Amino acid sequence: MASTKVVVDPITRIEGHLRIEVQAEAGKISGSWATATMFRGIETIMTGRDPRDAWAFTQRICGVCTTVHALASVRAVEDALDIRIPANANIIRNLVHGMQFIQDHVIHFYHLHALDWVDVVSAVGADPNKAAALARSISPWPNNDAAHFAAVQARLKKFVASGQLGIFANGYWGHPAYKLPPEANLMAVSHYLEALDWQRDVIRLHTVFGGKNPHPNFLVGGMASAINLDEVATINAVRLADVMGMIKKAKDFVEQVYWPDLVAIASFYKDWGAIGGGVPNFLACGEFPETDARDLGSLYFPRGIIMGKDLSKVVEYDHKKVAEYITSSWYTYEGGDDKGLHPWEGETTPKYTGAAKYDFLQGEKKYTWMKAPRYEGKPMQVGPLARMLVGYASGHKDIKELVGQALGKLQVGPAVLFSTLGRTAARGIETVLLAHKMQEWFNQLISNVKQGQTATFTKDKWEPHSWPKTAQGYGYLDAPRGALGHWVQIENEKIARYQCVVPSTWNCSPRDAQGQMGAYEAALVDNHPLARPDQPLEILRTIHSFDPCLACGVHVLDADGGLLAEVKVQ
Amino acid sequence: MFLRNAEPWMDGSTLGEHLEESGVSRRSFLEFCTEMAVILGLGSAAAPSVAKALEAQKRPTVIWLEMQECTGCVESVLRTEAPTIGDLVLDVVSLDYSETLMAAAGHAVEKAKADSMAKNKGGYVLIVTGSVPTKEDGIYCMVAGRTIREHLEEAAEGAAAIIALGACAHWGSVQAARPNPTGAVGVRDIIKNKPIINIAGCPPIGDVVTASVVHFLTFGRLPSTDREGRPLFAYGNRIHDDCPRRAHYDAGQYVENFDDDAARRGWCLYQMGCKGPATYSPCPIVQWNNRTSWPIGAGHPCIGCTEPYFWDTMTPFYRRLPEVGGFGVEERVDTIGASLAIGAAAGVLTHAGMTVLHQIRRRKSMKQVPEHEHPATEESHNG
Ligand code: SF4
Ligand code: SF4
Repeated sequence: MASTKVVVDPITRIEGHLRIEVQAEAGKISGSWATATMFRGIETIMTGRDPRDAWAFTQRICGVCTTVHALASVRAVEDALDIRIPANANIIRNLVHGMQFIQDHVIHFYHLHALDWVDVVSAVGADPNKAAALARSISPWPNNDAAHFAAVQARLKKFVASGQLGIFANGYWGHPAYKLPPEANLMAVSHYLEALDWQRDVIRLHTVFGGKNPHPNFLVGGMASAINLDEVATINAVRLADVMGMIKKAKDFVEQVYWPDLVAIASFYKDWGAIGGGVPNFLACGEFPETDARDLGSLYFPRGIIMGKDLSKVVEYDHKKVAEYITSSWYTYEGGDDKGLHPWEGETTPKYTGAAKYDFLQGEKKYTWMKAPRYEGKPMQVGPLARMLVGYASGHKDIKELVGQALGKLQVGPAVLFSTLGRTAARGIETVLLAHKMQEWFNQLISNVKQGQTATFTKDKWEPHSWPKTAQGYGYLDAPRGALGHWVQIENEKIARYQCVVPSTWNCSPRDAQGQMGAYEAALVDNHPLARPDQPLEILRTIHSFDPCLACGVHVLDADGGLLAEVKVQ
Repeated sequence: MFLRNAEPWMDGSTLGEHLEESGVSRRSFLEFCTEMAVILGLGSAAAPSVAKALEAQKRPTVIWLEMQECTGCVESVLRTEAPTIGDLVLDVVSLDYSETLMAAAGHAVEKAKADSMAKNKGGYVLIVTGSVPTKEDGIYCMVAGRTIREHLEEAAEGAAAIIALGACAHWGSVQAARPNPTGAVGVRDIIKNKPIINIAGCPPIGDVVTASVVHFLTFGRLPSTDREGRPLFAYGNRIHDDCPRRAHYDAGQYVENFDDDAARRGWCLYQMGCKGPATYSPCPIVQWNNRTSWPIGAGHPCIGCTEPYFWDTMTPFYRRLPEVGGFGVEERVDTIGASLAIGAAAGVLTHAGMTVLHQIRRRKSMKQVPEHEHPATEESHNG
């Protein structure tokens, strides 16, 4: 059977610009290449700046998972200067980051991923009564009634009839891989619309503590929002009540809409539990410190590595075992392009070898702006699945319980986790856990305030003249899309070096010197169907299950385009 | 934001007909028009004429190009919290291309875009977020095997007007900050023959975007702007002039350290580096995320993100004006520094000083800003 070349560029419903090329034969994908097609150079821009400003610059690496780079950045600077933030600042950061996770995952599910599984056009033919019966059987959500669904359907019918489908134009509607009955499609479309309202409302938590969203404000040494119950312009009872309401609203939606929908939809797509697993190694750097980011024992999501799908042991993560390869990337290394370099010795010299116009990149030796990070020479997957697997294997009580529950409901074994479906399910599981956790953090904040503990910032080491002549630090963060690290080196009160190794560099990495594929690429050739090359729906399913975020792919380059010596972290 | 609050707006029918069919009450529509008239600076009395103009509108086509960016601007628009009917106006434009939201991908979306541009040639609104890399022939941002510059030039060709949404689209923003490794520029540096407005901010407030679209629909033209292309209805005032902490500024009551006693009483953030005195933005009036708060409201100084080249001219962010990048001229420092030293009266004097200073800055269009003050590379300020 002849093989077909398929190009999907742009991959839509993601952050940034991504191109996927595959080779397909007899309905299966036999080869795949992932290309990041944008480079911005933000790390270069950091050189010579005030380290206290770094959060604002690096925050602009991504406006979707906004906050995550800012938080990794303040942690890196605080690590370098040995600043310990007050307990309330840590709680507020957890609340901000926790709400980011919840909002981001729900948006991802409904607005960026669901259309891969939900046929909007099929919902037109649903019976609203049956849809309500289905919805009520899985959740007590008040809007799950026939009248509501009928109203949504009436709008939808007209929309389809108008012939102007806007964002739904040229979708792969009617593709045989869509398996949901019309009623489930209608329920999902209805929740797609409700989620749009919901996300706007709950993310206001960022605005209370950080002044705006996207891109709320952070601060080296704590948070800028002062707490004073007796003042109008500060975090007072009105603000706290608002936050309490948002936390409840977040929890209700996650428990009564997102999670039941996810399980219900997944039950129609169990075959995807054997598709798209790919790279068998998983890395989680851990997140949500209960005390301080440097107290690894206090992390709610633990740090660790699973190798070769072996859930019987969790390997300790040592960042010194990370090396980046550029064999397939548009960069060049002084010592040769086949060498792997630890980030401390890393080099980033862009060297584009493609054309200003192209039809195919596959077959080119270099084909992307992503480097290829490897752990002990092995590719890794990062993200919700990595976090949940590491938690599961470390015997984390909450994670074990919820993973067990989900597997039980779907009547499948843990092996299905290593798949496209597993990645999507893991995202839901951690969202449920965090929705609970938010309430605990909030209670802790209230209890601190009650005891008169209101500090949100430490002015220790705020003034640059109090800093050592040189300092360096590492800030990690497990972002919604996976493990993230920022490294900073400070000299004479200014940033001398700055580098980020980001979730997408791990997952979207190209082939390394040994020809090993990165997570997207490997997933696409793991028992992966492609029924209609001109309607690459299955490719979108697997790629979206990673929740790609491409603008993260930034690298270091100095003012003259030459090399920078990399950060040395002690 | 789609289909959310009303029936879809059929091709060819007017908004008035559409609202009637959707059962949207006259009252809530008028409430919306009042809100918009106020944001647009027309006063609530103008609501009936806004309503009249809006009702006659046909469903407009929007093509949204994402270039070299972080997608924060798209997210900000997703957070638009205008009144229900405000969502309607956005919802029912026909958004025929958007990488972030389209269901299809690859060839299918590129075809949807091409079809829509051909069908609506000369009449669609082009929204642009992100910057255009110009170094190395623009290969730092490619979509569908072509440079984003080529996509931009093609889409601009048939556009009635261009909305440069966010700091990146207007002047390159963060990737254009010194040393601008990819030669990032804004749309005004590439497209010279179309009306462009600049919804400034990193990102801008979603509701300001809504209001600009409403303005276009209501009056059939883009809003009046300042020389930076920013609509006057939103960017006509300095943050400092509308700031609720202003009384403290005038009284010389300053936060000296985050979380100090003054911070816990909501005093002025000038000494912490607030760029409000040099920043034109609707933040204090419109506020963020359904009027929940805004940066200064949450205790952080303004970083000046609606001003051009703020990553270089407004940094270090925690250094007080005028000791930052774009404010290095000695005479200004003298005037302002001296007045600061005087004490309680300093507030008023400083304020006067800052106003003068800002006027000096505003008299210079961007291309007249002296080279040494201009942070970006050659390519980025030829407009
Ligand atoms: S202007 Fe700011 S928010 Fe908008 S895309 Fe650029 S960096 Fe992101
Ligand atoms: S300096 Fe800043 S905080 Fe103070 S009054 Fe002006 S804008 Fe407000």
